[in-house]
Amino acid sequence: MSQTEPFTIEQLCKYMTQHKLMAARCMNCGKTHFPPRPMCDECYSKDMEWTELPTTGKVLTYTVIHLEPAQCQALAPYAEGIVELENGLRVPGMIKDVSADQIRIGIPLTIEFEDCKPTTQWPQWPRYHFRPA
Amino acid sequence: MKGKPLVSIVSAGLSKFGKLEGLYAREIFADAAKEAFDRCPNLNPKKDIKALYVGHMGESYEHQGHTGATIADWAGLLHVPATRTEAACASSGAALRVAIQAVLSGLSDIVMVGGVEKMTHRTTAEVTEYLAMASDFPFEQWQGMTFPGLYALMATAHMHEYGTTEKDLALVAVKNHYHGSMNPKAHIQKEITLETALNARMVAWPLKLYDCSLITDGASCLILTRPELAKKYTDTPVQIIGTGQASDTIGLYERESFTSLAAARIAAKQAYEMANVEPSDIDVAEVHDCFTIAELIAYEDLGFCKIGESRKLIESNETKLGGRIPVNTSGGLKSKGHPVGATGTAQAYEMYLQLTGQADRRQVKDAKIGLTHNVGGSGATATVHIYRRD
Repeated sequence: MSQTEPFTIEQLCKYMTQHKLMAARCMNCGKTHFPPRPMCDECYSKDMEWTELPTTGKVLTYTVIHLEPAQCQALAPYAEGIVELENGLRVPGMIKDVSADQIRIGIPLTIEFEDCKPTTQWPQWPRYHFRPA
Repeated sequence: MKGKPLVSIVSAGLSKFGKLEGLYAREIFADAAKEAFDRCPNLNPKKDIKALYVGHMGESYEHQGHTGATIADWAGLLHVPATRTEAACASSGAALRVAIQAVLSGLSDIVMVGGVEKMTHRTTAEVTEYLAMASDFPFEQWQGMTFPGLYALMATAHMHEYGTTEKDLALVAVKNHYHGSMNPKAHIQKEITLETALNARMVAWPLKLYDCSLITDGASCLILTRPELAKKYTDTPVQIIGTGQASDTIGLYERESFTSLAAARIAAKQAYEMANVEPSDIDVAEVHDCFTIAELIAYEDLGFCKIGESRKLIESNETKLGGRIPVNTSGGLKSKGHPVGATGTAQAYEMYLQLTGQADRRQVKDAKIGLTHNVGGSGATATVHIYRRD
């Protein structure tokens, strides 16, 4: 994998469209950044490398959204949570295919990438979600 | 006497909070400014006020940016240097800190600081979207997260870790509606029952309708000066003796803890140290109850109780009027309302009333030292201020 790709959120999104969850690792102090950053907030180094993240983890906390934003209309009620990946990094997102009485702190989940529908308008961020592992 | 005064509040104003149909933000702010001017007849606003700082969160509501200048003009302060501060729901808490710095620097003897938001002309879906702008876009908003959702994540974690219950959350709403029922400027001046709160429709589990603050229009302001000039304008100044502010990650998911706001803890520590007071010295407080869980977390972050024990404080009525440390006597964001940009200085307005004995039916007897706690977003900004009766 090329190490010359910029360590930006846009580049992370490009990886997501390839169904990869990537982070930037600081080669100076070793801190892993999700989302990636062009400069390490710990040691101020710009010496980064891409590292692929595990796609499974467990629920740290969750909610069920009943009053949804306009862009998620017709989805509610849906679960959202913060997931701790196997390497300890945390990723927030929607949790699908889980009923209200199944969801609880600690259940194992896996990430799934959604195909980005191309539009001419900003934003063109990809979406992903979690589902029971 | 504890704590050296940083600045003195010589006057304060608050518009009616509520659904103010037919009024623009600038017109609402003029109401608050008028009250502050009327309270302070020795002040010649155009001549004496050397700067205006206005907290305002969103251009989206009225399609109107450049708030500082607009508000200055409508407040009768044309040509006064006017600057808007933005820190989401902590916009005017941040403005207050900047105003204190302006006076302390010696550059401006007398400043007006306030905040305003006009929200109710928009649909709930639109407001939900605008408020969510205070959170991370690519990983929170775009993945379906909402503002109540973020605080719900904190509530779930708090319930799991400390045994806090949905009833404890509802008790915060019941208390704040009780306080708000005695505030003629509150958006909703009506008591609610525990059953009403517990049976209300779900917004983001475990948060229900009455766990959420209100979508409200309103404005607030203060007039600050150097302590040695205060007596020229009032016999009853309120001294600000401590200020603290801190920031944190924009995304909740990047934080070590989901049950405590690091920015609030850091800001509180700064303010307590500057004021030379302890949490046990606080007689009355206004905390940022944008959601009921936020008030419980505030008790812990501010040291009103031990970490994880906020439920005991609300269950024992200690934060209710008449209790050990009454919190949100104004009704809080929950019942007085939460016009986001106005909230920080509206909390300071309540402190001004409490510490000058003007809080009427909701007066805390013999209140000498007060605290305000204003949070932006899910905690990426927090400001804490400490006040003392002269």
